[in-house]
Amino acid sequence: MITKRIVLHFPVEMIEKPITCSLAKEYNLDFTILRAFITLWEEGLMVLELRGEEKDYEEGMEYLTKTGVRVQPLSDSIIYNKSRCTQCGACANLCPTGALSLEPSTKVVSFNPDKCIACEFCIKTCPPRAMEVNFDGRYKILS
Amino acid sequence: MAKTIAEINEKVKKGEAVVVTAEEMIDIVEEKGAKKAAQEVDVVTTGTFGPMCSSGMYINIGHAKPRIKLGGGECHLNEVPAYCGFAAVDIYLGCTHLPDDDPRNKVHPGEFRYGGGHVIEEFVAGKDIKLTASAYGTDCYPRRKLETWININDVNEAVLFNPRNAYQNYNVAVNLSDKIIYTYMGVLKPKLGSANYCSAGQLSPLLNDPLYRTMGLGTRIFLGGGVGYVAWHGTQHNPGVKRKENGTPCVPAGTLAIIGDLKQMKPEWLVGTSFNGYGATLTVGIGIPIPILDEEIARQTAVKDEDIFAPVVDYSEAYPQVIPETLGEVSYAQLKSGKITVQGKEIPTAPLSSYSKAKEIANILKEWIQKGEYSMAEKVASLPGADTGYTFRPLKERSIE
Repeated sequence: MITKRIVLHFPVEMIEKPITCSLAKEYNLDFTILRAFITLWEEGLMVLELRGEEKDYEEGMEYLTKTGVRVQPLSDSIIYNKSRCTQCGACANLCPTGALSLEPSTKVVSFNPDKCIACEFCIKTCPPRAMEVNFDGRYKILS
Repeated sequence: MAKTIAEINEKVKKGEAVVVTAEEMIDIVEEKGAKKAAQEVDVVTTGTFGPMCSSGMYINIGHAKPRIKLGGGECHLNEVPAYCGFAAVDIYLGCTHLPDDDPRNKVHPGEFRYGGGHVIEEFVAGKDIKLTASAYGTDCYPRRKLETWININDVNEAVLFNPRNAYQNYNVAVNLSDKIIYTYMGVLKPKLGSANYCSAGQLSPLLNDPLYRTMGLGTRIFLGGGVGYVAWHGTQHNPGVKRKENGTPCVPAGTLAIIGDLKQMKPEWLVGTSFNGYGATLTVGIGIPIPILDEEIARQTAVKDEDIFAPVVDYSEAYPQVIPETLGEVSYAQLKSGKITVQGKEIPTAPLSSYSKAKEIANILKEWIQKGEYSMAEKVASLPGADTGYTFRPLKERSIE
């Protein structure tokens, strides 16, 4: 059993197709929709948490790619700009999943993208604005 | 035996001074006792890196041709209004000032992405800043409009001058209401959902010299990555509050007004920051060395987080309505453990002041002194002390009618 968080980019012509439903029915993948932006005539975007057997997950991803959906890990979309971070630690209290935390001994801020659910609460509450969410597929952790 | 600052500076010059951080001093005093520590250690360095809203810079931009008198006119730096009610070309920019078209809290909570603090950070980083100004024109200063880029390397003086910094202790902010609130102490979750604090505790400058024995007017300090001085006691300085036996105050007490040459400072120690729903500010790095003149000072610089206490204050009602009650007190050791208990409820804590960066500052200052690049300055006057009756008053509002 594995759990993955991914970002799906739907081309305009696919917005009306029941992709998530197929993932559940055909590939036995449990899903939680973390975010979805679907606008007519624009690329659709959905952030999913998927749970299932690794083999089913691989096949599901293959199905998505074949249908034309671009898939990227959610962790690629979250940017922690370390050089901007003042190491205050205010984020540690607000991050609901503990993806942002303060190392107990060194009091240094640490960011674990695997725990992030892209709720974006940190984006506006980080005083130096060191966190960014960017769903356009660019991968960067600035340091 | 007591030492003098002159003797310590002599050792610093020869590269023989023993310098430790306030964190390292804790173990030294615990191991050897305050008497021996006072003999062995010459200087203890402290540090703090937190948002400090009473901060700003003044600059002299040089005279334009033909001349313009900004005094009595208006000016903006990167669209942020600055104060120019001085002579012709002196400008003061406060870190909380906002562009005229910033929506503030019209849609609550406002973001406050860019303000005076951000301009200061960019200016210190050497970026060009857009100056726009208008004036009324005189016979000797005929010009009425000015639009130009300015750079820190081209202006005459660029000085950081902060009326209140380095608070000696601070409130722990909580929220008793059932709504999330957006404060200068950060975003506070409802029903005691979170607690934010803002002090470096055992590393904080004024908590290591609780009765202001060595820190006073003229004390040389680490300021924003450069060298600065204590200019005066800070605004709202309130030394006469209740204190623990170790001298540390139980509530916010002493403050410092500080000054220093902005041209030597670094943007990593002067960071423009934004508090959602509250405003823009500047996060300032300050470090102050304490010459270990005697056993008492040695003991005071070894103060531990577990022996420094801060009041827990409700920011949904008590703080805004100036109701003096607190919800008890907690130690910095408890705060730094990640949770405190208030009214029987365990609450997660988070700092707004960086302990890891405070430590970095104390270490930089230690290195400067060890290298002999930096000597202790004897204070020229004392800050108003705990027994002077100097106090912090509320506004006495009177009807204009």
